Amino acid sequence: MNAATLATDGCAATRKHPLSEPTVVLSGISRHYGRLLAVDDVDLTLHPGECIGLVGHNGAGKSTLIKLMLGLIAPTSGSIRVLGAEPGSRAAAAARARIGYLPENVSLSPSLTGAETLAFYARLKRQPVQANAGLIDRVGLAGARNRRVGTYSKGMRQRLGLAQAMLGHPRLMLLDEPTTGLDPELRHTFYGILGDLRRDGATVLLSSHALAELEGQVDRVVVMNRGRKVADGTLGLLRQLAAMQPKIRLRRQPSRGYDWSGWQEGPGGLIEIECDEAMLTDTLRQLPPDVRDVEIIRPSLDDLYASFQRGDA
Amino acid sequence: MRPILLIALKELRDGLRNRWVVAVTVLLAALALTLAFLGSAPTGALKVNALAVTVVSLSSLTIFLIPLVALLLSYDAVVGEIDRGTMALLLAYPLNRWQVITGKFLGHVASLAVSTIIGYGLAGLLLATTGDVDAATGEAFVLMVAASVLLGSVFIAIGTFVSTLVRDRGTAGGIAVGVWLVFVLLYDMGLLGLLAADQGRSVSAPLLNALLLLNPTDAYRLLTLTASTEVSGFAGLAGLGAGSALSPPSLVAALLAWTVLPLVAAMALFSRRQV
Repeated sequence: MNAATLATDGCAATRKHPLSEPTVVLSGISRHYGRLLAVDDVDLTLHPGECIGLVGHNGAGKSTLIKLMLGLIAPTSGSIRVLGAEPGSRAAAAARARIGYLPENVSLSPSLTGAETLAFYARLKRQPVQANAGLIDRVGLAGARNRRVGTYSKGMRQRLGLAQAMLGHPRLMLLDEPTTGLDPELRHTFYGILGDLRRDGATVLLSSHALAELEGQVDRVVVMNRGRKVADGTLGLLRQLAAMQPKIRLRRQPSRGYDWSGWQEGPGGLIEIECDEAMLTDTLRQLPPDVRDVEIIRPSLDDLYASFQRGDA
Repeated sequence: MRPILLIALKELRDGLRNRWVVAVTVLLAALALTLAFLGSAPTGALKVNALAVTVVSLSSLTIFLIPLVALLLSYDAVVGEIDRGTMALLLAYPLNRWQVITGKFLGHVASLAVSTIIGYGLAGLLLATTGDVDAATGEAFVLMVAASVLLGSVFIAIGTFVSTLVRDRGTAGGIAVGVWLVFVLLYDMGLLGLLAADQGRSVSAPLLNALLLLNPTDAYRLLTLTASTEVSGFAGLAGLGAGSALSPPSLVAALLAWTVLPLVAAMALFSRRQV
C-alpha cells in the first residue's frame, strides 16, 4: 500500500494533527428531498490539516453534503458537528466565522468592483478590510481590483470567489467544484493556495466530478454514488480495494535465458504482465538487464472511479 | 445589528450603481413636476393653493406608482439571490436569516425613500418658490411624501414575502403584479360594488372602516387626503375625514402593521427554506 501511496499522492506526507479535534464529524447522515434520497446514511470525519477530495457524478450528493455541513439544509436523520457546533444552531452562526465556502455556481453582484465585493464579505466576517489587498494579490486579481465584477472572466470570478472563501483564516474550507472550467495554469495556482492553507492546519474539502483531476492534490478521496459513500481513503488504498493491479510492460531482447511465462503480447511488439503491488519491485529487480522501454502501467483514475461507481469494490 | 446594516448598505449601493434609484427618481420627479404645473391650472389666477392641489393629484399618482415600483424592487430579493447562488454564500457567513430579510428590506426602503424624497421634493420646492404656500399645506405635502415612503415600505415588505414564498423568479414576478392589481384596482372596485349593492343596509360605518384598513392603499389615501382641511377640501373628502373614526394615528398604525406582518411572515418562511 505504501508504495502505491507514495507513487500517486503528491501530498503523501500527511499533515494530520493527531491530538486535535476533528473539524467535521458526520454520523449516520441522511437527507431526503421528498421521495428522493440525496444523502443516504453517510459517516464522515474530517481532520485539521487534511485535504479531502469529494468525488461523484452530478447528483451524487456532493453539494448536499457540503450544504449540510454549512447548515443551509437540515439532515433528515443523523447528527453533524462542525467546528464543535451543530450547523443551523445559534452557536453555529459564530462558528461560521471560521468556515470558508465557495458555492458551485455563484454570480456575485455585477455592479460592485472586486475590491468592494471582498470588503463587503470581510466586514460580514468582522475581518479588517486592509488585509484584503494582500488576499487580492494572492489570487492574482491585483490588476482588476477596481473593475466591476460584471466585466470579469469566469476564471477571475472564481479567483474572487476563492479570495472570499479565504477571508479570516478559515479552519474549514468547503469548495464546491472549485476548478470546473478553470484553465490548467489557474488550476495550478489554485492548488498552490490550497496547499498553503492546509499547511496552516485548515481542513480543505473540495468536490469534483473527475477523480483524475485530484491526483496528487488530496490526502484522501471520498467517493459518492447516489447519495451513498462508496469509498473513503487514499488513492493508493482505493486502488487496493478496487483490486486493480498494475502492469509491467517492456520490450524484450531476443535469446536471453529468462522465464517469460505469464507474460502476454501487448501492443506494438511489447510484452506485459499484471502483477501484485507487493511483488512489483521484486519482479523489476529480477528482469534481465537488456530489456528496453520498461513502463509501469497503473489503472487510470478514471478506471478506478468507474470501478467504484459500478460497485465492484 | 452589523450584518443588517451591511446588507442594507449593499442593497442601496447596488440600487445606486445599476441606475435603479436614478431611473425611479427621474420618473417620479417628471410626473410630479408635470402634475404640479399642469395640475395647478384649475386654481385659477389667484394661485392661492397650488401645493394643496398637487398633494391631491400626487397622492393619487402615488397609489398607482409607488406600490408597483416597490414590488418590482423587492420581488427578486430572496428568490433571485437563491437563483444566483449568492444566498447560499451569504448564509455561510456568521449571520442569521432574519438579519438577511431585515437588511434587504431596509436597503430597499432606503433606495425608494431616496427616489421619492428627491423626486417629489423637487416638485414641492419648485412650487414653494413660485407661489405662496402656507405652513399647513407645506406640512401636508411633507406628510404626503413621508406617507408615500411608508406605503412603499408596505409593498416592499409584501414583495419580500412573495420572494420567500416561491421557488421561481418568474412566479414571484407574476404574484407581485397580481398583488398590485388586487390592492390598487380590484379591491376598491369590489368595495365600491359592495357598497352600491348593499345600499347601506348591512355595511355599517365600523365595518367600512375595517374594510378600508384592510387595504394599505386605502389607508394611505385617507391618511394623505384628510390630514389637512385645505387638502381634504380639494379632494372632496372633507365630509369623510370629519365623520370617519379613522384618525391619522390609526391609519399609520395600519400601514405599519401592513409592513411588519409580511416581513415577519417572510422571516418565518425563510428560516425553513432550503437554499
